[in-house]
Amino acid sequence: MKFKTKALLTAGLMTVASLSASVAQAVDLTMYYPVAVGGPVTKVIDDMVQRFQNENPDIKVEAVYAGNYTDTMTKAMTAMKGGQPPQLSVLFSTDLFTLMDEKAIVPIDEIPGADKEWLNSFYPAFMENGRAEGKTWSVPFQRSTIVLYYNKDAFKEAGLDPEKPPATWAEMVEVSKKLVKKDASGNVTRWGVEIPSTGYGYWMLQALAIQNGQKLMNEAGNQVSFNAPKTVEALQYWVDLAAKEGVMPKGAVEWGTLRTDFLEGKTAMMWHTTGNLTAVKEGAKFNFGVAMLPAKERRGSPTGGGNFYVFKSATPEQQQAAVKFIRWMTAPERAAEWSIKTGYVAVTPAAYETDVMKNYVKEFPQAVVARDQLEHAVAELSVHDNGRIYKIVNDAVQAAVTSTQTPQEALDSAQKQSERVLSRYK
Amino acid sequence: MRQQGHSVETIAAWALALLWLLPVAYSLWSAFHPSEYATRFDLTAPLTLDNFARAWNQAPFARYYLNTVTLVTMVLAGQLVVATLAAYAFARFRFFGRDVLFALVLVQLMIMPDVLIVENYRVISALSLLDTIPAIALPYIASAFGIFLLRQTFKSVPNELVEAARVEGASSFGVLWRVFVPLAKTTYIAFGLVSVSYHWNNFLWPLIVTNSVESRPLTVGLAVFGAPETGVDWSVITAATVMTMGPLLLAFLLFQRQFVQSFMRAGIR
Amino acid sequence: MVSAVMSAAEPRAVRRRAWLTNANAWLLLLPAVVLLATFTHYPILATLYHSFFSLSRGGASEFVGLENYTYMLEDDVFWQVLRNNIVFAIATVPTSIALALLMAVWVDKKMAGRSFLRLAFFTPTVLPMIAVANIWLFFYTPNYGLLDQFLKSLGFAGHNWLGDPSTVMSCLAAMVVWKEAGFFMIFYLAALQTIPPELKEAAEVEGASRWYFFRRVTLPLLMPTTLFISINALINSFKLVDQLVIMTKGGPNNASSLLLYYIYEVAFTFQDTAFAATLTVTLIAILAAVALTKFVYLDRRIHYQ
Repeated sequence: MKFKTKALLTAGLMTVASLSASVAQAVDLTMYYPVAVGGPVTKVIDDMVQRFQNENPDIKVEAVYAGNYTDTMTKAMTAMKGGQPPQLSVLFSTDLFTLMDEKAIVPIDEIPGADKEWLNSFYPAFMENGRAEGKTWSVPFQRSTIVLYYNKDAFKEAGLDPEKPPATWAEMVEVSKKLVKKDASGNVTRWGVEIPSTGYGYWMLQALAIQNGQKLMNEAGNQVSFNAPKTVEALQYWVDLAAKEGVMPKGAVEWGTLRTDFLEGKTAMMWHTTGNLTAVKEGAKFNFGVAMLPAKERRGSPTGGGNFYVFKSATPEQQQAAVKFIRWMTAPERAAEWSIKTGYVAVTPAAYETDVMKNYVKEFPQAVVARDQLEHAVAELSVHDNGRIYKIVNDAVQAAVTSTQTPQEALDSAQKQSERVLSRYK
Repeated sequence: MRQQGHSVETIAAWALALLWLLPVAYSLWSAFHPSEYATRFDLTAPLTLDNFARAWNQAPFARYYLNTVTLVTMVLAGQLVVATLAAYAFARFRFFGRDVLFALVLVQLMIMPDVLIVENYRVISALSLLDTIPAIALPYIASAFGIFLLRQTFKSVPNELVEAARVEGASSFGVLWRVFVPLAKTTYIAFGLVSVSYHWNNFLWPLIVTNSVESRPLTVGLAVFGAPETGVDWSVITAATVMTMGPLLLAFLLFQRQFVQSFMRAGIR
Repeated sequence: MVSAVMSAAEPRAVRRRAWLTNANAWLLLLPAVVLLATFTHYPILATLYHSFFSLSRGGASEFVGLENYTYMLEDDVFWQVLRNNIVFAIATVPTSIALALLMAVWVDKKMAGRSFLRLAFFTPTVLPMIAVANIWLFFYTPNYGLLDQFLKSLGFAGHNWLGDPSTVMSCLAAMVVWKEAGFFMIFYLAALQTIPPELKEAAEVEGASRWYFFRRVTLPLLMPTTLFISINALINSFKLVDQLVIMTKGGPNNASSLLLYYIYEVAFTFQDTAFAATLTVTLIAILAAVALTKFVYLDRRIHYQ
């Protein structure tokens, strides 16, 4: 009885398989795609996918949007464990170790069609998070650095030079104090600066730590230095912006609504991903500038954002089709188009040599700040069990900015918890 | 004196009621006005459907509606059949293991599928049903609540009616269909309304088992659409919110009495 | 009784009938039994089973005994979400019950516009939590949210309601009370309607004040309903987490996270299903304790049929 059912099932499956093989020549690809910033990003991607399909009728790509990076990673991992993995995905470049540990992905450089020359055409800073064990595992696409957006009109109003954004930590405090505006009853109507502490708190902390001359992790991705004195100092500076200097609102600053705050004039400056640039440009009713983040010991920002990964479970044909798609998406013209439509950094120097990009930059010089910052950029925090570690750091950041714990206490606890998690990977 | 006490109370009651309606009223305000009025209240503000048009164009809400309607229909149909059969057995048969089995059914009243997300995900994935509408529906089809409710109703059916039907030569299934089901009409309506509103609004489990637009119900679609990262403005989000709750809210306003009585009937045993 | 029927002394026809009844009943129950076993009973047992295993990334699972439980007991976040959940229950259950009672008493009286009142109180019940969370999120948004605007118009400073660990719980609790009170009102309403009007008339003849009557007669008569609602509200406070996904993601620093949300996070974001199973065992134990109290203790003492 049991045997019969099984036999029947197998026969049925085989029929289906052979049918689909003979009917459809097209290779189907499912791609998970994270949306982390404002603007019609999904429309841009859908449009690019459509054009790719028109040029390559033998490949079909279905883009699945499931929220921000964490949500998308959750979905991709969950689907993989449920036996329905995507064939390619854009995920945090920093999820590399996790994806390797899960044996989810293949090194891109082992797939035919992905040659050395192509892989060397990207900005090296963006390739850093994608390389491990001597292999290249992912290709940069939706990449960014953190930049300082500032309201030039507010600068003028406060008697500041709108062409001179703050270049150091001390200057930022000083400038911010002048930018704070209060109403008659003493309530703040405009803050000096806001650094978001929800969602990507670890990212902002890392920026501050880099500027203070501190690295947060080792190459093997199994050691972190969250309670190093310089990291603590960095978090202290951040906390003091609200608690001591009174130039930033107390409590957690929402990543998601920060852009609205800036556009509504509730804050004169904000730290945010360059991926928000086009949305800010379209929404701003005032003149605004974009600058590199201020320096303490040095300038610096972690890189950020998502890379293309190809999944192991994809068939060889699918893997090759995926590479073809990725190459198409990252070609200079498309990288330029993508950068113009969103604000993300175009991933290859060649993209900045295209005519459209040159013209765009001429009118809108703010567009190259994030790229110029790349020379100061450092690989984003990336370790094993990354999701968990991010959560631990984010919690510590939130504990500190909400004054639940001092920066030292919060980071000591983060270090302890992280070591517990990472001890499995040593 | 007493009269005065009454009017103070009436005012208090009205104040609370208005406060209670405020969130809904606000969402309607912001959905039907241009976004610059989202936080400014001005009676002369122009009305617009623009926010709805934008929400509708930015995410596949038509598909989400279809999914949700399919989902609640599937759940309700399944629940009614399964619960009717089971309740009939519990109410009218004496059989081996009845009490133990009934106790096992009641376990689900306390430990609902909502908390068993981890293992239910494994089960659904073992059945290769991930990312489908049946995957959302299946854990809820056998409803302990429905079985319990119908069993109570079936127990109250007078024996004479059953005997009469038997005399006319009805089979046991015939008795169920011709005697019990018609007599339990109000219970069916009550259970139906409660079930539809529950599953129209359900979120966490559908969020976990669905990935694609083709299977996502409205609530999950709204959550993906309204995530602050996507940076859609408030008016558009509230428009989407109103679209999500609209049909149920409308049904409630039209059939208020039935809703309230159904919830009452379903809650009391 | 079945065994009595089956005893050998009975005639064969009776035995055959009993067998048929059994077969018939089990056939009717088959769909329900299969589904319940698959999606309730098996998962409960499987949760327990998996909590004793550790799943290394990409590798096979291995038996680790109580290791997951030790890990759980040493996990600060676990204790925090447990504490949060208790606080959340204490904040929402009595408040929504008190409000529900007040609403029911008002709606039950011959008050002007009582059907409007009932409509207003009940409306939140039929709305999806996700939609409600979206609306309330905007209320609480600092600066231009409705609450801050209102406070500012009165000259008070704005506040980062959901970003402050000391206010976030109260804000979420207020929303849940708003959503649930109307639902519980219905139960009180039904119970109030079963109180015979003669009681009230008798009390009025004897000159008892309304408050006295309410305290000495109505309230005790409503006791079974109150207990019934308390149990339901308690269970709800352990399974309501939809709002967290939209409003706070459990933050800041886990200040608003609840047990079920933590389970979701551990299982699906961190992909640690073994630890998630361990946490689920705790949740099941809590719910089972509530259930046992209800079935064993309360049902014996109170009859609400």
